[in-house]
Amino acid sequence: MTAVLEARGITKHYGHVEALSGANFDVQAGEVVALIGDNGAGKSTLVRILSGAESADSGEVLFEGKPVQLTSPTDARALGMETVFQDLALAPHLSPVQNMYLGREVMRKGLLGKLGFMDSKAMRDGSRSAFDRLGATVRDLNGTVGGMSGGQRQGIAVARAAAWAQKVIFLDEPTAALGVVQTQNVLELVRRVSGEGIGVVFISHSMPHVMEVADRIQVMWRGRRVATYNKADTSMEQLVSAMTGALAQEAS
Amino acid sequence: MSATQTTPAVATEDAPTSRLSRISRLQALQILILLVVTIAVFTALRPDTFLTGFNIRGIVQNTAIYAVLGVGMTFVIITGGIDLSVGSVLVFSGVVADKIMVWYGGQGWGTVLIGLVAALASGLAWGLVNGILVAKAKVPPLVVTLGSLSAALGFAQIITKGLDLRDAPQALVNDIGFGNIVGQVPTIAVVSAVVVVFGIVLLHRTRFGLYTYAIGSNAEAGRRAGVKVERHLIKVYAFAGLLAGFAGLLNLGFFQSTTIGGQSNTPLNVIAGVAIGGTSLFGGIGSVFGTVIGLFIPIVLQNGFIQVGVQPFWQQVVVGAVLVAVVYVDQLRRAAALRGTKTRLPFLSRAGGAGSTSRKGSA
Repeated sequence: MTAVLEARGITKHYGHVEALSGANFDVQAGEVVALIGDNGAGKSTLVRILSGAESADSGEVLFEGKPVQLTSPTDARALGMETVFQDLALAPHLSPVQNMYLGREVMRKGLLGKLGFMDSKAMRDGSRSAFDRLGATVRDLNGTVGGMSGGQRQGIAVARAAAWAQKVIFLDEPTAALGVVQTQNVLELVRRVSGEGIGVVFISHSMPHVMEVADRIQVMWRGRRVATYNKADTSMEQLVSAMTGALAQEAS
Repeated sequence: MSATQTTPAVATEDAPTSRLSRISRLQALQILILLVVTIAVFTALRPDTFLTGFNIRGIVQNTAIYAVLGVGMTFVIITGGIDLSVGSVLVFSGVVADKIMVWYGGQGWGTVLIGLVAALASGLAWGLVNGILVAKAKVPPLVVTLGSLSAALGFAQIITKGLDLRDAPQALVNDIGFGNIVGQVPTIAVVSAVVVVFGIVLLHRTRFGLYTYAIGSNAEAGRRAGVKVERHLIKVYAFAGLLAGFAGLLNLGFFQSTTIGGQSNTPLNVIAGVAIGGTSLFGGIGSVFGTVIGLFIPIVLQNGFIQVGVQPFWQQVVVGAVLVAVVYVDQLRRAAALRGTKTRLPFLSRAGGAGSTSRKGSA
């Protein structure tokens, strides 16, 4: 089976610092892949490259088996890949609906649309169904995102990515700032997204969350993937030892 | 001004309203109440002169030009910017329009039309300069527009050798500046009201308005969502410049003079009106409707103080106090409604993206 997204031998230098030294990565459609590793292992750099926010020094990115050039986030979005960054990138003064459709507004038909008038109703309906579908708890579609809880905001960011992503979603530390209940909601959301056939790449430091939600776990260490495990075949102890460099070579 | 009778900005049910925009509308409403109370007090004290057609006409005329500037300023401040150059751009555009109309000759509407094009082009040019420096060169808006405040006035004085031009065509002075469109309704106020309504629709109904709010709220989020932040900022400053140019022509008609020395307080008065009207100097919140109310208050106060025999200078004291009080209350409310607000005024920093680190917590 071809991976929906695959990276081969990605390298990236920042000055003299080698952030990635020949990293490999792959995610299948409809699975949740956790990307774990210690601070500075290269997880975020890899995701930034795969989502088009940065370009690699060398290496190959394959999308559905074909090599692609990702020079901007727009390229990645055009392929159906969305990213939820750690800071969520929501506009706090805007409503969930406005955030959902920011940059992708539904315009009125005909002349009014050409004059810049938006179809608010269509966008509101679309947002509501997207939030409902993913079970994101957004109580007030008209409230401002900035006034909502961390869990709701996380839910909105994930639902927005899920609504637009056709193929792959990157989630960078989606549970880092959340309480227990909110975390469960987000993990549940992640499962639902992958259930729709989208590949989910889940970056986290939390081993319990990884073990709960991931199908496969890829471990990075010093800019490379050093191990890939199926969740069923691994344990937290094994993951932690791989993260801390106990394995020098890629296992799988 | 008839704009006060238009429905509050985002009233209909299909407009996505947010709690913050509701708060800002609430604030606009409270300011409206303050305005009504002020009018009521003066009316009670001077029942025979204050609420007369003649007096209302004067108040509305005096607000009309500020309102045109206020529309553009509201957009700029919502993006988290500021435009100190509007007074100078108004003068510059008036000078250019006057010169061109004199060169073209005649006192009729054709001449006015030529002047209109000249004024709009002059204003637009300054707006583009402001916008490009803010968005592309990343110079803080306060500095950019302080620079163009100085430069535009300097150019106006170079062109005129420092002497006011007073030869606007008759059609402009008699029909627009002092004329009535019907009965005692001054043309200049109707023209201004049209601009205000246009601004309200643009801000609350269109993608242009949404992007204006989005940039003031979190420019980086907009950028990642595919909004062309720099280009939109340029458009917003260009829009403000265009309106300042238009105001320059109205000013020429109303005062029959380019008022070179008379506009130094204009940007600050307009900014005060915008802030009193509930537009946040931190960006992301605001309404044109509020701005119009906020601009009426100082003018009504001044007019009323003169009528009741209080020294009109008290108006400046009261407006200053109202301004600070309104912004203070706004801050308290926003702090409650929106956790993790910015603590630094955005127009002091680079446009688009600067505040993004300090905003991290709020997204």
